Amino acid sequence: MPEKPGRPEDLGQPEDASGPEGASGPEDASGPEGASLPDDGGRGTRGRGASSLRLVWVYPDLLSTYGDRGNLLVLERRARLRGIGTESVLVHANQPVPRQGDIYLIGGGEDLPQILAARRLRADGGLAAAAGLGAVVFAVCAGYQLIGAQFAGEEGQPLAGLEIADLRSVRGGRRAVGEVLADADLALGLPRLTGFENHQGVTRLGPGVRPLARVAAGIGNGDGTEGAYAGRVLGSYLHGPALVRNPALADLLLGWAAGPLPELPAADEEWGRRLRDERLAAVKA
Amino acid sequence: MNKLPLRARLATAIGGAAGQASRLAGRGDGSVIGGVIALRLEPGLLAMLAAGRQVVLVTGTNGKTTTTRLITAALESVGQVASNAFGANMEAGLATALGQARDAPFAVLEVDEKYLPSVLTATAARVVALLNLSRDQMDRAAEIWLVARRWRDALADAPDCRVVANADDPLIAWAAASAKQVTWVGAGQRWHEDSWCCPECGSHLVRTESDWRCGECGFAKPAVSWALDGQAVLDPADRRHELGLALPGRANRANAVVSLAVAGTFGIDAELALPRMRRVTSVAGRYTTVVRRGRNVRLLLAKNPAGWLEAFDVLKPPPVPVLLAVNAQGPDGRDTSWLWDVDYRLLRGRPVFVAGERRLDLAVRLEADEVAFRLAERVDDAVDQVEAGGDLDVIANYTAFQQIRAAFGRTT
Repeated sequence: MPEKPGRPEDLGQPEDASGPEGASGPEDASGPEGASLPDDGGRGTRGRGASSLRLVWVYPDLLSTYGDRGNLLVLERRARLRGIGTESVLVHANQPVPRQGDIYLIGGGEDLPQILAARRLRADGGLAAAAGLGAVVFAVCAGYQLIGAQFAGEEGQPLAGLEIADLRSVRGGRRAVGEVLADADLALGLPRLTGFENHQGVTRLGPGVRPLARVAAGIGNGDGTEGAYAGRVLGSYLHGPALVRNPALADLLLGWAAGPLPELPAADEEWGRRLRDERLAAVKA
Repeated sequence: MNKLPLRARLATAIGGAAGQASRLAGRGDGSVIGGVIALRLEPGLLAMLAAGRQVVLVTGTNGKTTTTRLITAALESVGQVASNAFGANMEAGLATALGQARDAPFAVLEVDEKYLPSVLTATAARVVALLNLSRDQMDRAAEIWLVARRWRDALADAPDCRVVANADDPLIAWAAASAKQVTWVGAGQRWHEDSWCCPECGSHLVRTESDWRCGECGFAKPAVSWALDGQAVLDPADRRHELGLALPGRANRANAVVSLAVAGTFGIDAELALPRMRRVTSVAGRYTTVVRRGRNVRLLLAKNPAGWLEAFDVLKPPPVPVLLAVNAQGPDGRDTSWLWDVDYRLLRGRPVFVAGERRLDLAVRLEADEVAFRLAERVDDAVDQVEAGGDLDVIANYTAFQQIRAAFGRTT
């Protein structure tokens, strides 16, 4: 393994984030510099420029079932390798979602946590407001369903989503579980996507979004497409986690927030490339 | 033991013969195939075989097999115990275990999480032990919040059953809160990633080392009558008993506390139970040390993220090297995303080897956590890099563990 430059103390695991008094305020969500966030009531520090990105992980305590931390770690790493600082904010389910983040991540979860998260995020309004201000939103699995107008509860009942993206999810007949290969919308300039899906949702896209990709293996949205995007909001059923297996997708999100990015040296891409090649070869399109 | 109806006796006999045939054919221990056939012949067999016995059911994500073994050891101080000691934990395995010990007045049965409600009904269990709930093989297992809710419903409908539950796991506490009789145990919780939020309302839980409560709805950790305290247990009379187990690690001490609480419901004192529990040294091949090419290789099985943290707890201190082996076959779960739920930074400062069919997933994961590692195509590649006479700890998930055992068995 190549020697790594020392990196600042990275994002705490959630258990680090909650001190002995328990997590109760935004100051628990320490960034890479260990800097405390000002208790700004959610106004945040947006607009600090591309030299530092504020990454906001929404409800890691409630929605983080499929290795969602991996997406955050990959964004931090790929930004850092290009000299872009990151400040990661973990927003717990009892905290307001800051409105001034640069990239928002919302991950996968079981039915009951998904329902509880929807109720809280709708009441909070922060994520939708941030999306309205032009922030990048990357939503996976349960989180992908949540950013739509409607999703299905544990008995299949229709429940209100966050209405950030023009899509609706209903409960499908069979659970979609397994490896996925998907070819991204050409406009995004991404190589073939690889990931793992585990969901029972069928997602119907409205005219306000475009499919992220066409499925070559797996189920995705259920109609031959996978995921959706509009502007800087992008959702997908892929975990794996998706940004680990698809570094180009991570760079797309980083580029939306920070502008054009330089290529990384091959040594920094080696293990990710080998994993990606193995996964692409392991699944038949 | 009560008399079984003819049909049930036939079913047990034929199932037993099938199991024996399967064993002779080298297809396993035969407890599943025998039970499947027997249950086909007599669907009510489990209830019939359980009737008239004092039945203990043990369930949870991790520690079922070990806890079942420890409770069995404790109960053997007062009578013969039927038990599915090798982890065949669905209805067929349970029927076989009961059928093989027809005269045992006690039964201690490990039960798969999903089957608890139906097995509870069939066996009219006197005690149910609930250990913990955490994510495990998400591509094929049930969602744990739904499991907890089904337990909650089933326990509410079983007023004669006493539940022994780990109060330190909020999801377990929520599931057990519906039961009429509960013995709360403070067994600790190493893995918190599935219980940051209140099962009742979804708010973030306020947690300290030994306590938790919901700041919004007031749901809180119940007061415990048994508690793990370092290397010892405190009983309901606040007496302290040193555990002194042969099995290593905090997770096994937690299993022991639950076991002592279960034994207590049968009036068995901790000082009577403990000497028997201390004699349990390895469970289904786990914690075994084998000498391989002149090195001492210890095998640890970890099947899910919580299990990996428990395995990290029993590692020998650095600079003893560790080899991690991960596969993603059916029994392992085909989804490796859980690797990103484990904090590997704990492994910094010691040599780390990655192996198994999904070693590249491990490589990328360790790279992100800035843990230096070396790739090992075969386990022996790592063994050869350990100094002669030295130690190597191996943590492997299910089929990777079996492959390593098979490889060692063939050539040592």
